Amino acid sequence: MNRKSLKINSIMTGTGLQKLIAIGALVVLYIFFSIFGNHFLTQDTFVSILDSSYYIGFLAIGTTFVIITGGIDLSSGTVMVGSALIGGVAYNVWGCSIVVSLLIVLLSAILFGLFNGILVGKLGLPPFIATLGTQFISLGYCSVIAKVQTQTYPRLTSEDGWFKQIVYKNNGFPMGMIWLILFFLVAWILLNKTVLGRYTYAIGSNEEAVELSGIKSNHWKILVYVVNGFFCGLAGIIYAATFSSITPQTGNGQEMYSIAACVIGGTSLSGGVGSLSGTILGVFVISVLKTGLLSMGLPVQWQQVLIGVVVLLAVLVDVIRMKKTRAA
Amino acid sequence: MKQEEQNILEMKDIDKTFPGVHALDHCSFSLRKGEIHALIGENGAGKSTLVKIMTGIYSEYEGSYQFNYEQVHFRSVKEAQHAGISIVHQELNMMNDLTVAQNIFIGRESKGFFCSDKKINEETEKLIREFDINVSPTELLKNLSVGKAQMVEIARAMSFDATRVLILDEPTAALSETESEDLFRKMQDLKKRGVSIIFISHRLGEIMRVADRVTVMRDGAYIDTLNINECKVDDIICLMVGREIIEEPKQISHVPQNAEVVLDVRNLCSSKVRDVSFQLRRGEILGFAGLVGAGRTETMRLIYGADPVRSGEVFVNGKSCTIRHSKDAIENGICYLSEDRKRYGLVLGLSVTDNTVMASYKKLSKTGFVDRRGCDEKTNFFIKRLGIKTPSGKQIVKNLSGGNQQKVVIAKWLLKDMDILIFDEPTRGIDVGARAEIYHLMDELVAQGKSIIMISSDLTEVLRMSDRIVVMCEGRKTGELSIEEASQGSIMRLATKHETRGALK
Repeated sequence: MNRKSLKINSIMTGTGLQKLIAIGALVVLYIFFSIFGNHFLTQDTFVSILDSSYYIGFLAIGTTFVIITGGIDLSSGTVMVGSALIGGVAYNVWGCSIVVSLLIVLLSAILFGLFNGILVGKLGLPPFIATLGTQFISLGYCSVIAKVQTQTYPRLTSEDGWFKQIVYKNNGFPMGMIWLILFFLVAWILLNKTVLGRYTYAIGSNEEAVELSGIKSNHWKILVYVVNGFFCGLAGIIYAATFSSITPQTGNGQEMYSIAACVIGGTSLSGGVGSLSGTILGVFVISVLKTGLLSMGLPVQWQQVLIGVVVLLAVLVDVIRMKKTRAA
Repeated sequence: MKQEEQNILEMKDIDKTFPGVHALDHCSFSLRKGEIHALIGENGAGKSTLVKIMTGIYSEYEGSYQFNYEQVHFRSVKEAQHAGISIVHQELNMMNDLTVAQNIFIGRESKGFFCSDKKINEETEKLIREFDINVSPTELLKNLSVGKAQMVEIARAMSFDATRVLILDEPTAALSETESEDLFRKMQDLKKRGVSIIFISHRLGEIMRVADRVTVMRDGAYIDTLNINECKVDDIICLMVGREIIEEPKQISHVPQNAEVVLDVRNLCSSKVRDVSFQLRRGEILGFAGLVGAGRTETMRLIYGADPVRSGEVFVNGKSCTIRHSKDAIENGICYLSEDRKRYGLVLGLSVTDNTVMASYKKLSKTGFVDRRGCDEKTNFFIKRLGIKTPSGKQIVKNLSGGNQQKVVIAKWLLKDMDILIFDEPTRGIDVGARAEIYHLMDELVAQGKSIIMISSDLTEVLRMSDRIVVMCEGRKTGELSIEEASQGSIMRLATKHETRGALK
């Protein structure tokens, strides 16, 4: 077997296949909605596809790290919205400047990440349970601080409205895309070129072996959850800039889109396998699907049904591929 | 006095207790420079505990531990590694989703936060050449054979510059004979370089071949250390179990030539099995010998309905059977006892009783309700009959020793009243004493008219147990030997009868 066929083989058995399928799905969906959707090929639609990919994108980048360690994060959505709420309180009630308020969003999410990390890494709770707890705590606690009031960030026209330009320049340039690409690169370097990334994969692959190699895997897990918190914070900032008014209830369920994006992109829920490029593809599959179904005039509930179907198909591909690898 | 100076590692009066268990009872051990020192003892004798203290995994113990002529007390694996003690664990401890190089240099990829694969790939390339392992540094570990993965792990252990003591914990348990040979050669090389090796193994034949000295442990205590060239296998066994067990090859088969054929397999083919035919007679133990990967397990998986058959026929008691699922096999009285008991044979978290009746609820329930008393009675019957050492049927199977776990699997299938038992490596990971009991049990089963197929990579075991031996290589059957004509040599010749590509010899 020469090197080339080896390489093709490894693409077919690695995450490569799933990425190819995700690209295929993206193209097929795009064509489908162009034909059957109303006004799908308009700038407004494109803008709303981008809008929903920013915050899901940041969430999913963080979630990818966690899933590769063999964990899961059920709290990312509520941490994002909860932190955005606190930032809103800081701006509206505590009288902080907009910059400080946004830093508070980031800090709050990092603290929730640290909290998750301590629960999982230090106290040894299963990630599912730990982050489920944090899901309730983050949304509940932040709503309490916000006195269950909707928090409003400055409008484009008001004094601090410039901050909305982190998503769109006044001339309509999608600035959010630049941030997403930038932080995608940061995350990519973190995952592929640093010790943290190496241990992220190693822990997901065989945590005991990592321990026996003299590495304190728990410390690294805490760090992974902190990194995840950081990306939830970025998602919170972008979320605030995109939607301006933050209601506590909107936090529920966002984490599922983030997990779904990872899975569609080929990140294995059993850990050790996954890539950020796959995750970003997954994010776009989801946001195209969300926006496209709206353009067909279907009720929102159909989005949920279809995203569920796509997630199941993605996992099915993974399962079939695993079987094939084993049989070969 | 000179003797003392040679000891690179010296442990004296080591005492370690776990809640409720006195794991090591004033145990001593000494290792000379540049020797291969076998450490042997039944499961639970305290070998692992001793080794874990040596390598810093357990840091709380009493006693004196000298390494490299200094008093030491390692508090972590890293400390021990830096001092010069590396270990290759019994269960391969590698990260399957990482590359060979990433595995070897895990924990040492760089001094800072950033790391690149380039440098470690180069370093790994050197190691691979030095250790003569035919792999690429960028290959994912999950694509490697067990033997190669093991070599990679040894290369990792030796890649620490300081390493002066290498501990191999049952390194050959999952290796084929040829892979073991490679390993032994490597061990001799390392020895010549002045590395001391502690070699833990259940296989006495290997110990006699490669070791210089052997230390025997029993029940957490040090028993004795012998020079290999001054002792016999039986001496070691005596020390290990405190009683005598002799393993002699079976001389002749007592199965009559005309015994009825219970299983007739004709021209079985699949993606990994090529045209395999054989017959199994009533009351017979049919050994399946061959190297790891010869297709023996794969053949049995076809008969048991675990993998799809491409072509071929299976006759049970003269009747043609279509087996598509293990359910079909069980209905025809065929059962398979996997080499990986913990994964495929038992539900570790359930009790002895629950495991025993697992497959027989149909028999032991009425109108959907489980007949608890019936289950207990049956289980107690088998506990007594098979000599399962357990306080009661309520004991969780995880807490039993390997040998007793195997007996529970046997009990499960006997309760189901299976006629054809396929044992895949029946004594893997089982210590010598319990092994003799399993052998005895298998002999008893065939005496009662059951028939057994036994896959084994241990030639001594094949020769000790079988009436007839089928040898496989590369998915083909390369020969069949009666026990009278079989010898280690004749089996190995057939097991290595690789196809010469193209031309016939």
